[in-house]
Amino acid sequence: MAHPRSRLNRRSRLNWTLAALLPLGFLAVFFAWPVLAIITLGLREGGISEALTSADTWELVAFTLGQAAAATVVAVITGLPVAFVLARCKIRGLGVLRAAVMVPFVLPTVVVGLAFRAFWPDGGVLPIVLANAFFNVAVVARTVGGLWAHTDRRAEDAARALGASRPRAFLSVVLPALAPAIGSAAAVVFLFCATSFGVVLILGGARYRTLETEIYLRTVELFDLSGAAALSLIQFAAVIAVLLLGALARRRRETALALKGREELARRPTGGEWAVVAAAGAVVLALLTPVVGLIIRSLSTRDGWSLAGYRALATTGERGTLSVSGVEAALNSLRTATDATAIALVVGVFSAFVLIGLKRSGSRVSEALDTALMLPLGVSAVTVGFGYLVTMDALPGDFRTSPLLVPLAQALVVTPLVVRMVLPVLRAVDERLRQAAATLGAGPARVWLEVDLPLVGRSLVAAAGFGFVVALGEFGATSFLARPDAPTLPVVIARLMSRPGALNSQMAYAACALLMVVTIACVLLIERLRVPSSGEF
Amino acid sequence: MRRIVLVAALLAAGCSTQTAPKSHEVTLVTHDSFAVKQEVLDEFQRTSGITVKQLASGDAGELTNKLVLTKGNPIGDLAFGVDSTFASRALQEGVFAEYASPEADKGAQRYKADDTGKLHAVDVGDVCVNIDTGALAGNEPKSYEDLLDPKYKDKLVVENPATSSPGLAFLLGTIAKFGENGWQEYWTKLKANGVKVVSGWEEAYTQEFSGSSGKGPRPVVVSYASSPSAEEGRTKALLDTCYRQVEYAGVLQGAKNAEDARKVLDFLLGEKFQAQVAEQMYVYPSREGVALPESWAKAAPLPEKPQQLAPDKVRDGRERWVEQWRTLVQG
Repeated sequence: MAHPRSRLNRRSRLNWTLAALLPLGFLAVFFAWPVLAIITLGLREGGISEALTSADTWELVAFTLGQAAAATVVAVITGLPVAFVLARCKIRGLGVLRAAVMVPFVLPTVVVGLAFRAFWPDGGVLPIVLANAFFNVAVVARTVGGLWAHTDRRAEDAARALGASRPRAFLSVVLPALAPAIGSAAAVVFLFCATSFGVVLILGGARYRTLETEIYLRTVELFDLSGAAALSLIQFAAVIAVLLLGALARRRRETALALKGREELARRPTGGEWAVVAAAGAVVLALLTPVVGLIIRSLSTRDGWSLAGYRALATTGERGTLSVSGVEAALNSLRTATDATAIALVVGVFSAFVLIGLKRSGSRVSEALDTALMLPLGVSAVTVGFGYLVTMDALPGDFRTSPLLVPLAQALVVTPLVVRMVLPVLRAVDERLRQAAATLGAGPARVWLEVDLPLVGRSLVAAAGFGFVVALGEFGATSFLARPDAPTLPVVIARLMSRPGALNSQMAYAACALLMVVTIACVLLIERLRVPSSGEF
Repeated sequence: MRRIVLVAALLAAGCSTQTAPKSHEVTLVTHDSFAVKQEVLDEFQRTSGITVKQLASGDAGELTNKLVLTKGNPIGDLAFGVDSTFASRALQEGVFAEYASPEADKGAQRYKADDTGKLHAVDVGDVCVNIDTGALAGNEPKSYEDLLDPKYKDKLVVENPATSSPGLAFLLGTIAKFGENGWQEYWTKLKANGVKVVSGWEEAYTQEFSGSSGKGPRPVVVSYASSPSAEEGRTKALLDTCYRQVEYAGVLQGAKNAEDARKVLDFLLGEKFQAQVAEQMYVYPSREGVALPESWAKAAPLPEKPQQLAPDKVRDGRERWVEQWRTLVQG
């Protein structure tokens, strides 16, 4: 009996390994090749050992990792209560709340940086950590909330019935079940914070620098490619080390959770749960502070309140500052974000299935592929961007200036997020369901379609929404590759912010408000989508 | 398998939306602040039959370095936005090709980077100290030295020259003014007088400066000679504290469509384009006899005697100066 089974396993392992070539190919062409090319170019100039042995460099590494770790801790602690409310509570207006927590993600860093400077005029470490956490609370809330919404409540209730206190039940029953999602979210947040650029520049002045800001300065302003290459290598090594640590932490026994529909599990908060709801409320209020600040700025002039900024959005600015109107820019944003999300969903979901398939068939490639997919989050956008310049002309039609490069570059960032959101749920699907389906004669494709897809449908939709929002707010890749005849909203905001004059400034903040409205509307819309039968497990 | 087909279809769809290279398409690589009135561009495209495709590529430094990196196979046919700080580097690397434009002697020659005829001055965007005239009524500083006066203690905000282009221009201005041996002493005193350093123009001007809509705490800021034109008389540029910044355009060496690129360059130097650079980019036309908008004549005239440094001097000194500045002011 053992013999045919192992042959079956070997065959499926081969199939999954072949399937892994698609995401790997995408990564190889649009990430590994350009990054290696630009680093090699830098290495050829020499001077690497100087950078590696300088005390300055190691201070830079320590600060980068330290602030990222601190921001991750803050984001996880503040994100958990919000995740609880999103997942478990039946409260009016939850849909809007779910959309609203996404808003920080799309706000241009210069706007957020200026908002934090209003509270900390001299910048410093604390505002850097808080600003980085601010951007990422949503990652924790949504990733953890996605799994939490489907974990069976009965285990927890049983623990409580057996006399466990609420905290005890949370620590010994709920938390272990959520651990994979928390680990996933923390890894993503850490990488985002380690490579955060704009807020460090604005809030750190010239005193606090990170690997990311230094790589940018060396590449872009000083054209010190060898110095940049040395730092990129260190960044690479640090990111891989962190990812491996994360993978190690995740390597717990895969738990088959009894997944349930959210509707079944959500209920009105009772007793002590209200304290958690209150904490979540406080977090959301804190998140909204900079948002309120920017709305006030969009409305205020020297002579009182005015809607002039919003009216100007219908035009191309005071003296035709922009090449398109604010509304057209919003449409451009929607278009590129749609492309990026589509590409990222295809690559991301496919990758998630491949990861599960590889793991189940006992292949060790799974972990490696998982780590590889996360790498683009931890590598400097400027390294990738300059890498494109020296490689993409080899692709047909001089890909360096192709309009498709923007959504592809964005997909690079969105794909790992999709994987991280879908994977924990996918892993938690009870294997027996798949086996039952297979026994009843369903082929592998049918099993996905009938078992996996309905179960992960909800988190798939959430991932799509998330990816869309990330692409909407993405500035690094877009500003690097943007075409002036089709600027997106973040690009338009940056341009308006860089001009003197009251109306330009008002219009910039009005454009931020528009970006927020578009974001909330899109998230609400995407969340309305229901993958057929996803509610029926 | 279906997914692979889908990806292929997506890629194909993307490729088909890319316009096939037409014979009269020119790619103009620019810095991010490039702007042109749509009607003016449309008219040029109509009369010349040339389609101009714009490609924004970061600030002046980023643009220059991208051009250097791709000089073997340029990403466009001509480039606009390499400024006097980076011109020398671009010329040294052989990024640009020679071209004797018939429009080049109509004023642009006054700001030329060198005698090779590779770079043509399109506009001038001087960096000057700006003041909030309301806050400093009757008590206005005029010169670099005035800023050291204790009455202006904690009043000045500047940008970090390592991260900001106006910040670098201001530093270069002080080096031109006080010389290689004197500028460090000036900055030591400036520091003692409470100068505040922020990373970029946005923070300095829209948040720290009291004369802008941000209504910040400091009435003296490093900005542009043109900025007061947007502030309705509330601010003023100190014309004795200016540093000349020139922005250049040139045909790229190895351009695929060099012939049409030259015509686009003529257009950039021509009357119609020059007449709208002030309103579009807050800079001054390089061409002689082009009128400035009315509001500029009084609020933002072109500085007559700005500080200047030769491009190759800037190239050789820049990194060292910024490093010295860092230790001096930040250390």
